[in-house]
Amino acid sequence: MYAQMVETGLKQVQDVADMTPEERAFQARIDADVKVEPKDWMPEAYRRTLIRQIQQHAHSEIVGMLPEGNWITRAPSLQRKAILMAKVQDEAGHGLYLYCAAETLGVSRDQMIGDLHAGKVKYSSIFNYPTLTWADIGTVGWLVDGAAIMNQIPLCRCSFGPYARAMIRVCKEESFHQRQGFDIMMTLCRGTPEQKAMAQDALDRWWWPSLMMFGPPDAASVHSAQSARWKIKLLSNDELRQRFVDQTVPQAEYLGLAIPDDKLAWNDERGHYDFGEIDWQEFHDVLKGHGPCNRDRMRTRVKAWEDGAWVRDAAVAYAKKQAAREQAVA
Amino acid sequence: MSDEWPLWEVFIRSQHGLAHKHVGSLHAPDAKMAVRNARDVYTRRNEGISIWVARSSDIHASSPGDRAALFEPSNDKVYRHPTFFPMPEEVKHI
Repeated sequence: MYAQMVETGLKQVQDVADMTPEERAFQARIDADVKVEPKDWMPEAYRRTLIRQIQQHAHSEIVGMLPEGNWITRAPSLQRKAILMAKVQDEAGHGLYLYCAAETLGVSRDQMIGDLHAGKVKYSSIFNYPTLTWADIGTVGWLVDGAAIMNQIPLCRCSFGPYARAMIRVCKEESFHQRQGFDIMMTLCRGTPEQKAMAQDALDRWWWPSLMMFGPPDAASVHSAQSARWKIKLLSNDELRQRFVDQTVPQAEYLGLAIPDDKLAWNDERGHYDFGEIDWQEFHDVLKGHGPCNRDRMRTRVKAWEDGAWVRDAAVAYAKKQAAREQAVA
Repeated sequence: MSDEWPLWEVFIRSQHGLAHKHVGSLHAPDAKMAVRNARDVYTRRNEGISIWVARSSDIHASSPGDRAALFEPSNDKVYRHPTFFPMPEEVKHI
């Protein structure tokens, strides 16, 4: 997902017997659905895991602006351009809500940005794929934002108050993103044969990476189980992935596009679609920095940060000068 | 490395005559920029018609450890709620 393979720092799911009285009281509050707020006592592992998770989520929003920003100057009409700008601006906003939520746990903004730029923390694998044609912008909105919604709606109920509240704001805005993407796809699919082929090509390239967004299969994932205990992960990777497939297949059918998976078939018994094996090697390679665009994304991101440094410095210098003047008058 | 901009808490009043409500926080070099940034970050969809910002460092909060001492005393004063007093069915407008 936007936060993939978040480590808890624990080797196994903590058992009640191993908990201190404080930890037991903490777990009891979580079990009773009482929200944890920044100043409440919390286990160090919970705090650290959340910092990692929220931070990864925030970085994904920020890096996620790059593949789409790539098309702002080339959008096919003024209206599409205005819509895409509004969407990319929303992603910046989502990143900011999330950074603030992480900061309530005692990590500074500069530290988080420094860690991203130093390659110490991850962002979602999906943003390391290129957006080659305009149909990619449609597909990203439809599939990538669709997958994000699937993950983020349960997170509105997560145990940490500031994260849950940020997710509520994000979810309110995310539906626009998915619909604008689907709208681009509908227009292309109703267009010329070349436009429809472009839509099919984009789906072919984005389908599997979108399924990888949900992270590795559930089997034997210690971290997922502990995060579920803490209610910072509410549905499992496989559960979310299945929901996503079930919801997306009929949408592709409506568009008249073929999902690039021979094994995809409705399973009457399960009441779900069966689908083919995901290439997890590719997923791990991308996470390790060997995806098609990892280096380019980081280079662009760091350059934007460095090029903006003089603006941030000037704003601070101005604020200091104004404050000094006010003091002199008073 | 440049100085990190200070943190501000943002409060928005919506159109429906409600009080300003805390919506989140952001970084800005001064109050004027904090209001401008709050406009972009927190009111992209007509969420409000008024913005307050306050330096996070200026906010003083009650401590979670004092929760019991502060808030439990009100639990045994149920007579503060009107429903404590049963009213006869025949009595109207009260």
